[in-house]
Amino acid sequence: MVLIYIDQADQEVKKASLEAISYGAALAKQMGTHAEALILGTVKDDLAQLGKYGVTKVHQVANEILNHFDARVNATVTSEAVKLSGADVIVFAHNTNGKAIAPAVAVKLNAGIVTGASALPNTENGFVVTKTVFSGKAFASIKIETAIKVITINQNSFGVQSSEGTATLETLSVIVPTSSIKITSVNKVQGEIPLTEASLVVSGGRGLKGPENWGVLLDLAKALGASTACSRPVSDSDWRPHHEHVGQTGYQIAPNLYIAIGISGAIQHLAGVNRSKTIVVINKDPEAPFFKAADYGVVGDAFEVVPALTAAVLKSKASA
Amino acid sequence: MKVLVCISKTPDTTAKIAFTEGNTKFDENGVQWIINPYDEWYSLVRAIELKEKDANVTIHLVTVGAADAEPIIRKALALGGDEAIRVNNTSNDSMVVAQEIAAIAKEGTYDLILTGKETIDYNSASIGSMLCALLDQNYIAAATKLEIDGTKAIVTREIDGGEETAETNLPVIVSCQKGMAEQRIPNMRGIMAARTKPLKVVEASVQNATTSIQQFDLPAAKSGVKLIDPTQMDELVRLLKEEAKVI
Repeated sequence: MVLIYIDQADQEVKKASLEAISYGAALAKQMGTHAEALILGTVKDDLAQLGKYGVTKVHQVANEILNHFDARVNATVTSEAVKLSGADVIVFAHNTNGKAIAPAVAVKLNAGIVTGASALPNTENGFVVTKTVFSGKAFASIKIETAIKVITINQNSFGVQSSEGTATLETLSVIVPTSSIKITSVNKVQGEIPLTEASLVVSGGRGLKGPENWGVLLDLAKALGASTACSRPVSDSDWRPHHEHVGQTGYQIAPNLYIAIGISGAIQHLAGVNRSKTIVVINKDPEAPFFKAADYGVVGDAFEVVPALTAAVLKSKASA
Repeated sequence: MKVLVCISKTPDTTAKIAFTEGNTKFDENGVQWIINPYDEWYSLVRAIELKEKDANVTIHLVTVGAADAEPIIRKALALGGDEAIRVNNTSNDSMVVAQEIAAIAKEGTYDLILTGKETIDYNSASIGSMLCALLDQNYIAAATKLEIDGTKAIVTREIDGGEETAETNLPVIVSCQKGMAEQRIPNMRGIMAARTKPLKVVEASVQNATTSIQQFDLPAAKSGVKLIDPTQMDELVRLLKEEAKVI
């Protein structure tokens, strides 16, 4: 059986987990078995509805202490719950919490693990998982040699797939160890979709010349309903906040659409965005290396091109 | 306070990524090797900053790899590590690497273990979490700030869409990323001192890999950029809608 770990924040199921369920359900089908889910803590969502994404049952360790994430505690409880459920493949989203606990769970279950899977495993001859390596510059196919297998799946690499169905609920009783981590403050960027979950991203580089010029980019992002990002020099110069930095040392993202404005496309920047489905590059320098990695390119002055693109987006939306 | 900083040897960020032996091995030909940037810029430099504030801090470095990792270990010592341990195991299975580090950590009884949030070659982001299970210690992943106050660590970590700050008693394992510290360059005095700092080699003790790399592949080349005239933004919107189907 394939078991999918459901991540929650503020008592809400994370979108990344819906993708993990879709992936786990497809994997279960491929292996001729079924998929179930595991959630720690209590959430406001109707868990039976997770059946829509392909699980027949949701196991819940309904202890409110688990609403606060503590890697050591969550990994301990998760591995005990996995043992009770009898699962032999465990799927996590490759998000902040998934990365923090999946390897620990693998240790506790004597399981092999592949993190950052980019596609369904090949199960014809063993269990071979393809993942991105070298920051998206290559793929590795890795065989897991152990009986129990753990996978974390890259966000936005499989997609959320839903149909009909409801899941049954089962409460698991697992001893929850005491947490010795005390959370003292939480700062969330209000009203924005987290970059790693965004399906549309508009990003700016030094070509925009200064923070006062960001208006054209923000207008385009608003017209599209996109999140905003930036290159490393921009966040290093404090033109934009650090949490917008995408690239090798910033966030690695894989949206459906990445629009790069005034970013030359250094290899370190590409490492953070090269898994995007469609890349649009707007740059006045026709030699900018980013054009080689782009699907669509516009050679022109960002201060003319971007407002024109915003107007075209609004026009298209108005006529739809 | 004893700090263990885990460092890994990775190809330079601008290295050409290619494979040999029927795409089963990374082509090391002409590759410049560096300390994994997350290990160096963030974990190691933060450890050095802690030592600069408190002379009672000692920094041990551990790397799991062959003798060709020694130049990067010397560089880490030149930056400010006190002693280094190299475990002579060339496995690229995270589980093996984590077990080797855990054995070193148990022997040295460290108050703080720092790793980078991931390596830039295999991007597994696994070692810190595995150490959490192997050592049964608290683990805070993807941290952007770390302060030590007596026997307490105050750590800010990335969460989806923001940051969270937490306190915990030592010992703790922390994986580090941007925000933690600023990159440094070793100075001449550090480079000279590094030559005589202890570098102990420990033989491999873990062999059972749980995974094996079957093959590497390069991504399919983009079919080429479609250039749109700057005056034709309606056409770009149409393509994004009808051809790429992303908006």
